[in-house]
Amino acid sequence: MESAKNTKDKIKEAIIIGLPIVIGYFPIAMAFGLLSKNTSISFMDTSLLSMMVYAGASQFMALDLMSAGVTAANIILATFLLNLRHMMMSASLAVEFKGIPKKYLPVLAFGITDETFSVISFNKEKITLPFVFAINVLAYCSWALGTMVGYAVGEILPVSLQTSLSIGLYAMFASLLFPEIKKSRNILFLSIISALIYILIFYSNIFTSGWDIILGIIVSSILGVQFFNENNEEREN
Amino acid sequence: MKNYFLLILGMTVVTYLPRLIPFIALNDGKINKSVKKFLSYIPYTSLSILIIRGIMTAGNGMKIATIAGIGMAGILSYIKENLVLSVLAGILLAFAIINTTVII
Repeated sequence: MESAKNTKDKIKEAIIIGLPIVIGYFPIAMAFGLLSKNTSISFMDTSLLSMMVYAGASQFMALDLMSAGVTAANIILATFLLNLRHMMMSASLAVEFKGIPKKYLPVLAFGITDETFSVISFNKEKITLPFVFAINVLAYCSWALGTMVGYAVGEILPVSLQTSLSIGLYAMFASLLFPEIKKSRNILFLSIISALIYILIFYSNIFTSGWDIILGIIVSSILGVQFFNENNEEREN
Repeated sequence: MKNYFLLILGMTVVTYLPRLIPFIALNDGKINKSVKKFLSYIPYTSLSILIIRGIMTAGNGMKIATIAGIGMAGILSYIKENLVLSVLAGILLAFAIINTTVII
């Protein structure tokens, strides 16, 4: 009984912590559903995109490329590059998921997105199977249902509301990152250096969308390792 | 309407594998200390990059609303450490700015 109650509490906690993802995903998914309909893609294919690929930015990009008549192979390649950043995120989480039984990892891996990764990473002490699973399911359902609702009745949501709700996801990223900055100068340094490096990469215009993010993450994280090693002021976690 | 199932299947595979492989590859064995540090920095660097990218790629009319929404949420969370409250405040500010801009 006790462990059942414990699980219940963890799911409750996940619902509260995952709420911003649900709020943010739904309108963006609706916008995706609507746009997909206007690109004359069937309801079935639109739903499958959200339920199988489950990666927002790449789905919008795919619509763009599909309507431009780009070949399937090229769309798949572009999708791969854009979503490769999740590999870095999964790698970072893999270390934290040590306590979770292996057989569940393939299911949990499917649910890794920028948003679920962020929320889970910044609640490290709460990482348990029920918590991670609940966050993943909530985010997934919001994305899948939002897509279908958007396809069916997407016109009812005013564009200004859609946009501001989608800004909510960035607001969530900021709300996760900023309190961390207080905790350590290293984190402040990492945040600033990675933003600067990304700006540099972005304006250099050499790397296509996808590579730019991955490169930014790798270079700034390596710089962090180098810099903090020399300074020897790293706090262990 | 074309049937895109094979395309969607291909997109699914190339999206899922990068999500899955690290969990298999990094689950056993010891990880080098530097690699471990590197991995532990990724939440900060990737979040920071996603935020700055969101600002830089926001449409021309949306830049101010995006920056304001992010700024509001960031400052509020810094002071109060309440995620939901900060996000909602960010959304509200962005919504107010977008609507004012439309009227002007």
